[in-house]
Amino acid sequence: MSEAEAHAAPHDDHGADGHTHGSLRGYLIGFVLSVVLTAVPFWLVMGGVLDSRQLTGFIVMAFAIVQIVVHMVYFLHMDTRAEQGWTMMALIFTLIVVVIALSGSLWVMYHLNTNMMPFHDMRQMP
Amino acid sequence: MTAATHAATAGEPPVFYLKDEHAHPEGASTMLGFWIYLMSDCLMFAVLFAIYGVLGGSYAAGPAPKDLFDLDLVALNTAMLLLSSITYGFAMLAMVKDNVRATLAWLAVTGLFGLAFLGIELYEFAHLIHIGATPQRSAFLSSFFTLVGTHGLHVTFGIVWLVTLMVQVGRFGLIAANRRRLMCLSMFWHFLDVIWIGVFTFVYLLGVLR
Repeated sequence: MSEAEAHAAPHDDHGADGHTHGSLRGYLIGFVLSVVLTAVPFWLVMGGVLDSRQLTGFIVMAFAIVQIVVHMVYFLHMDTRAEQGWTMMALIFTLIVVVIALSGSLWVMYHLNTNMMPFHDMRQMP
Repeated sequence: MTAATHAATAGEPPVFYLKDEHAHPEGASTMLGFWIYLMSDCLMFAVLFAIYGVLGGSYAAGPAPKDLFDLDLVALNTAMLLLSSITYGFAMLAMVKDNVRATLAWLAVTGLFGLAFLGIELYEFAHLIHIGATPQRSAFLSSFFTLVGTHGLHVTFGIVWLVTLMVQVGRFGLIAANRRRLMCLSMFWHFLDVIWIGVFTFVYLLGVLR
């Protein structure tokens, strides 16, 4: 909604335009950062640059998290002020649930897989 | 704000209430509501990611990610989606400047990049199914097709929505309602790119490393 309409609204704190549109500069910064943050992980994996797979995996995941933050800031225009902070609150709540669901599932199912492997000879069990 | 009315009778504690609901401009809560929808969509994708994380190693003696994934193709796909994100940003900037023609042009470019993304993804899926790596082959492939397919379905509906909005903007111009819709689609489109970051990292790159 345009600026004029937002000000014509009965009270400004309910202005429809809780989200900013960003600027050309912001979009370009976000785009360049995203390109770099995408290219480096692909290069690491496709080129087999590092000897350690585990280290490569951690670096790739770190790049993904940074790129998600870049997208949130430069493309989705997240900030703590939009909608009096409610978008940020919803995001934080979602992130907490996502982290619990992901880490919980992986943790529980990993242990389930390890501990429930079929034994070939049950008589040798204590 | 409407004046609070003081309704107190002798002996009773005073009760304050608003005489009438204060006015909300039309669409004032749309952006927050749409954000909440995106967050619920995010939870759905989190569950699909968790399923892939759990089942991604169950190959059932079938093909593993290393045998199947062509990272060149995935890199090309990622570039398409990233380019469509920035062109949608340009469409929003044109919208702020009240430039209908530029908005429509950038939306069209965004749609083409989206279609290119979908085309490459469908080509990949067709290739996988052709060589026998169908969703029925193993738990890994079931969860792979579910996760990546759901994302592709979102992109498909995003393109349908985009074409709808192009028709709307073409017919009615950049009226307030259309601006609001364009902003919602903007969030949806960028959100899909965020999900794709998770997909290409978690499914493709880490899958090939596995």
